[in-house]
Amino acid sequence: MATDTKHCECCGLSENEMFSLLEKTIGDYEAKESNLIQILHMAQAIFGYLPDEVLKFISEKMNLPMSKVSGVVSFYSLFSTQPKGKHTIKVCLGTACYVRGGSKIVDKIKELLDIEVGETTEDMNFSLEVMRCIGACGLAPAIAIDDTVFKRVNPNKLRQILAQYE
Amino acid sequence: MVNLTINGKAVTVEKGTTILEAAKKLNIYIPTLCYLEEVHKIGSCRICVAEVEGAKTLQATCVTPVSEGMVVKTNTARVREARKIMYELVLSDHPKDCLSCGRNQNCELQKIGEIIQADESSFEGEKSKEFVDDSSPSVVRDSAKCILCRRCVTVCNEIQGVGILNTQERGFKASINAGSDILLGNAACTNCGQCTVVCPVNALHEKDSTQDVWAALADPSKTVVVQTAPAIRAALGEEFGYPAGTLVTGQMATALRDMGFDYVFDTNFTADLTIIEEGTEFLNRIVEMMYQKGVITAEKVKELGMHIGVNATFPMITSCSPGWIKYIEHYYAGQLDNVSSCKSPHMMLGALAKSYFANNIDVDPKDMYVVSIMPCTAKKYEITRPEMVNNGVKNVDAVLTTRELAKMIKEAGIEFAELEDGGFDNPLGISTGAADIFGTTGGVMEAALRTVYEIVTGRELPFEGLHVTPIVGLDRIKTAAITIEDAREEWSFLNGVTVNIAVTSGLVGAGILLEEIKKGESPYLFIEVMGCPGGCINGGGQPRPKEANTREKRMKALYREDEGKILRKSHENPDITKIYKDFLGKPLGHVSHELLHTTYTTRSKY
Ligand code: SF4
Ligand code: SF4
Ligand code: SF4
Ligand code: FES
Repeated sequence: MATDTKHCECCGLSENEMFSLLEKTIGDYEAKESNLIQILHMAQAIFGYLPDEVLKFISEKMNLPMSKVSGVVSFYSLFSTQPKGKHTIKVCLGTACYVRGGSKIVDKIKELLDIEVGETTEDMNFSLEVMRCIGACGLAPAIAIDDTVFKRVNPNKLRQILAQYE
Repeated sequence: MVNLTINGKAVTVEKGTTILEAAKKLNIYIPTLCYLEEVHKIGSCRICVAEVEGAKTLQATCVTPVSEGMVVKTNTARVREARKIMYELVLSDHPKDCLSCGRNQNCELQKIGEIIQADESSFEGEKSKEFVDDSSPSVVRDSAKCILCRRCVTVCNEIQGVGILNTQERGFKASINAGSDILLGNAACTNCGQCTVVCPVNALHEKDSTQDVWAALADPSKTVVVQTAPAIRAALGEEFGYPAGTLVTGQMATALRDMGFDYVFDTNFTADLTIIEEGTEFLNRIVEMMYQKGVITAEKVKELGMHIGVNATFPMITSCSPGWIKYIEHYYAGQLDNVSSCKSPHMMLGALAKSYFANNIDVDPKDMYVVSIMPCTAKKYEITRPEMVNNGVKNVDAVLTTRELAKMIKEAGIEFAELEDGGFDNPLGISTGAADIFGTTGGVMEAALRTVYEIVTGRELPFEGLHVTPIVGLDRIKTAAITIEDAREEWSFLNGVTVNIAVTSGLVGAGILLEEIKKGESPYLFIEVMGCPGGCINGGGQPRPKEANTREKRMKALYREDEGKILRKSHENPDITKIYKDFLGKPLGHVSHELLHTTYTTRSKY
């Protein structure tokens, strides 16, 4: 695929540039199987997620079977084979947040955006994830949207919070 | 040496021995599930646990090495309870429809139930996966039956070097597949079926063809022809309780006739034919190379009955193993010119049955149904290749594995052990000893050398008993060198030429030799590759081994069959001479080219 239409969100790289950056990364890690997880991390940072073409590229360049690469990707929940939305909402479900209604927040967001945890809205604006603890226990329940943390979130205020990101 | 006691009995074993192996020496049986001798040892199922004095936790005996003074107990209440819990855990996520399961009475999970009495109450649990992948013409994967032992992963990755199967996801969602929703039928799977041999349950098995064959046998408009590969006769008996290495050639022929096949032929006949075609192809490549080098003239080439302008890529590699062919098409397509153009022997036989033989008995080839009994799951795929069609009819209509044939013999109510010996039909039934050894690694090369060497020098191959000793045996890669001296007058230009040969079985070995070729560093002129480790004797369709050293015993059986024959060189087969005279003309001639040779396809890795 020699199209140059897809661009990296963060730095505006073209698809070809993303692949050559990935190739360089693999080279930096000496294409060693023991470095596969780091390489996948970098790949996800470059592409935002790990679609099949990226996994095939890695499998080809590292001379590893596709099933092995995808096995590692599917083992770790931090890897995603689905594209991420423009914004990632992370709802904290650590003990403090959970006790103070974290799961109600998850339910409300699911309802508002009509997606499940791990999914992305059709307009590619939001992805929804849950987290173990984001370190704001004193101000539970908390959520993070991209790098901004919202504390003591009231489920009824969620619509307003999300509206800031439309 | 290390001394230990197991259940109070003393035993002395070599350092590095596992507790499980030591127990075997004392005839103490420990149930195992994931462990597979010589293949797979990861200690994941923990069915094999035992108590070791001084150790807090129970030890998995299949991976724990013995140590001096060790005191092991394999049958305490604690051990039995732990085993039972592990077993029940596996069963809780397993559909226990044994009575309608393909592995009923032949299943390792079922078998350990003899030893471990599970409680019915703990049987039921949520089922994690229910998906049957029957997209491949060779191998079916039924994930509901999978117990995640990962034997198939080891075989596919480490022994075959292909890596189609790996664990995806984890925990309750874990399953074994090709990843990224790729189905076996679309994967770069070689169809070798080695995974189906090691699977302890019905999670991986061959695609069933028995129903198609029963239907053909019941159809009065069909003339049903069957052929059996060399390796079947050395393994089929195991399915009927004979020890590994028992030859059952005669009983097999009788059983096939009793099942209702109209003609019982022997793939060995076309194994001999392959030697003539492939041997000639090899010589022609050599002649072409000599011509290109200016050693011989065009007239000389003609005088030898050879052609100019043929493919002279070296090393030439054998082509009888369709799993190997699919492997090179996917992974080393740049090296396809190295592969001989000969079809595999059973495809040749199918092509001749539906032309030469159909004509002899005055049957329309469209009304003939050819069944191949093969040690191989890849042959099920091979018959679907578009190249394997002549005059509008498929060369072969169905392939049954050795295991499927045994199942059908049982279904037909035939008491195999009681059968009298029968023989094969003519004209596609006579073979020489050279054909018998096609079923083992090294055999095709030896058979080819027996003929080619004699053509060139006029003398027998200079090895005791005609066996090329350096290439006999189960090592991954075997090599030999033969220098031509004192050649016949017309071949004297080959005097002093050393023919380096290599033999490999299992696809990891093939990969190693192909890398050399790719780099231009291969010292060989001729290579034999068989896709399965050990060759067809250990093919993906063979009975699952029940005793130690099964491969070796089957191999020896084939050499015995060879040695017992009066004719041991393919070119001495009288029916081969006859078929060239009556029908084919000459080796690599026009008719051969049409019926007996093929082409290959470049395929992707993904
Ligand atoms: S795989 Fe074995 S235990 Fe499972 S249903 Fe089949 S026969 Fe029974
Ligand atoms: S048939 Fe061979 S290549 Fe295919 S999955 Fe099984 S072991 Fe791997
Ligand atoms: S498919 Fe068979 S061999 Fe592979 S992990 Fe499952 S049970 Fe084991
Ligand atoms: S047989 Fe030992 S852990 Fe599975």
